[in-house]
Amino acid sequence: MSIVVVCAALFSLGVYGVMVRRDVIGILASIEVMLGAATLQLVAFAMSSGVADGARTEAVGLVILALAATEAAIGLGLLVSVARRSGRGRLDEMAEVEG
Amino acid sequence: MGVLLSAPWIAIALPLALALLVAVGGSRLAPFMRWVAMLGPLAVLAIGVASLGATSETGDVVAPFVSTTTAAASTAWIKVGDFALTIGYAVDALTAMMLIVVGFVALMVMMFSVGYMAGEDGIARYYALLLLFTASMTGLVLADGFVGLFVAWELVGACSYLLIGFWFNKPSAAAAAMKAFVVTRIGDVGLFVAIAILWGATGQTSYIGSMAALPGLSAGLVTAIGVLLFVGAAGKSAQFPLHTWLPDAMEGPTPVSALIHAATMVAAGVFLVARVWPIFAASPTTLTVVLFIGTFTALSAATIAVSQNDIKKVLAYSTISQLGFMFAALGAGAWRAALFLLIAHAAFKALLFLGSGSVIHGSGTQDMREMGGLAKKMPTTAVTWVVGAAALAGVPPLAGFFAKDEVLHGVLIASPVAFGALAVAAAFTAFYITRATVLTFFGSHRGSAHAHEGGASMLLPLVALAIPAATLGFAAAAIAKALGGEPEALSLTVAGISVAVATLGIVAGYLVYRHGPDADLALENTLGGVWRASRAGYFADTAADYLFVRPFVAVAHSTDAIVDRGLFDGITEGSVVVSRRLGQFFNRLQTGDYQGYMPFAVAGVVVLIALAITPGLLDLTLGWFGR
Repeated sequence: MSIVVVCAALFSLGVYGVMVRRDVIGILASIEVMLGAATLQLVAFAMSSGVADGARTEAVGLVILALAATEAAIGLGLLVSVARRSGRGRLDEMAEVEG
Repeated sequence: MGVLLSAPWIAIALPLALALLVAVGGSRLAPFMRWVAMLGPLAVLAIGVASLGATSETGDVVAPFVSTTTAAASTAWIKVGDFALTIGYAVDALTAMMLIVVGFVALMVMMFSVGYMAGEDGIARYYALLLLFTASMTGLVLADGFVGLFVAWELVGACSYLLIGFWFNKPSAAAAAMKAFVVTRIGDVGLFVAIAILWGATGQTSYIGSMAALPGLSAGLVTAIGVLLFVGAAGKSAQFPLHTWLPDAMEGPTPVSALIHAATMVAAGVFLVARVWPIFAASPTTLTVVLFIGTFTALSAATIAVSQNDIKKVLAYSTISQLGFMFAALGAGAWRAALFLLIAHAAFKALLFLGSGSVIHGSGTQDMREMGGLAKKMPTTAVTWVVGAAALAGVPPLAGFFAKDEVLHGVLIASPVAFGALAVAAAFTAFYITRATVLTFFGSHRGSAHAHEGGASMLLPLVALAIPAATLGFAAAAIAKALGGEPEALSLTVAGISVAVATLGIVAGYLVYRHGPDADLALENTLGGVWRASRAGYFADTAADYLFVRPFVAVAHSTDAIVDRGLFDGITEGSVVVSRRLGQFFNRLQTGDYQGYMPFAVAGVVVLIALAITPGLLDLTLGWFGR
């Protein structure tokens, strides 16, 4: 069960990071942490339950990692584009839609 | 003739169809259509004559009909389950006489209007409304029950409204139309409630059915029904205190005044009382009320007519006064006398109104102070007017003399006090009509306009109406017999008094006014306030204004301020304020700061997880949302 606690702690750390970080890169990194926590949990459950095919689950975990890398690359690309265009790098500076 | 007897509904349908035709034809066809329009009243007249010949006062007579009916039919108008509202027609001698009156006067008025209304805008509308009125009035007298009567009663009121306001661009005409509509509506409410009570108590709306059930009702209920019916009759027939609309109704075209506000519609109240006579005969209290109001109206209106300068106002108050005579006769129980006066009055008052129309047309004014000496320039009008005036004054052997004699005789038997008051009213009647005659036709011309006689279409109706106005008195016995009564011998005492007061009034009127209208000033100086009160109609309008109009307007204003602007506007405007405040409050949550939203998203996730891991909570929650 300790692995569940580790995953929950890791996920919460990601959430905390998303909530408190002001720079977009930090927020992106925190999202990656959350995704990593979820993936870790997936693999851990697959191992501990013993029912599922372990190798296949690990393959899924690798796909998730690849997706996360792709997504991070796109996110960073967008971020660089925004920063070049407007000189803004912090999320609160980008708030243009307001009630 | 057969079809006239068996299908009296033609008397409603033909004028109605012609009304539509004239209206559709519009102003371009109106010069031709106004001749076609005369087929409507002609049919009414023919059906009335044919029916009167076929009725019989002996044989199978069912109350309240006064003779055998030549035709009767009814049909369910509104049917809901077991409940049915029937509407139909029935023709007895009373109906037939009314048909003759309506048809004849309407025909004369339409002919007169050809000349009188020449060159006016809206001729098609005018004739269409006259035809619609003829159809409605015919429906009123043909109805075999209260439902049909009420429908027609309201229709003639609507036609009256539309024709008083014929020149609707004139503010005074529009106001007069409104006033006539509203004041008569007060009476109509009484009529409606009376019908409702009678219907509730007997379950019948037909005349025959409700009269047959009458003996089963309590005396108080019959009195209530009778008095409320009289309220309706008083509104339509301009009896005190609902008389104020009729003088104002003179804003309408003069031929309309002759047809609606002298001969036919205003007589509908008298007709109603005679038609449902068993209800009135059953309640002495009701008869006393009718007698008192009728006598009071007859006397007060006659004294008002004395001081009016507008020739039509004189005739309007004269009509109110004469209707008062009729109601006094009804209240005295002499309903046949009342009907005889109704018929005679229809002839001579329509004649006088058309005569005044001819005078107004010829001299260009309604003010008698600007007339004078018109007899030389308008001889036919003058001669026929004098016939009508003498009939109104009660000069023997003209129609008015016989009718007034019968009325006075009936009232004398019931109440000597009322008889005295009516005798005084008769003297005033002779006085005011002599004043009007002298001021209009005799002396020297005081106006600036060149007076001239109208064309043949205006003179022919005057002559045609002068004949019955002069000779109808000799038909008194025949009319009484057709209405199921015994012909009465002329009462010499009453006739003597009647002739005496008429002579007194005529001689006084001539002596006072032979030198022209300046006599008014002398009378005003002598009588002072009394004369001014008479000229102002005893301030009936002012009294009604302070007693009813102002309180009503005040209530309306306060209702507007408290209920409308306070309550309803408060609710709508209050809801606007509340939603704006709520919006402003929740607006502050929408910062545009994505991270500000995050705690809510996290809180949502926490709630979802709590739902998922607590046993039973998910089902419970979904149950709340009514899955």
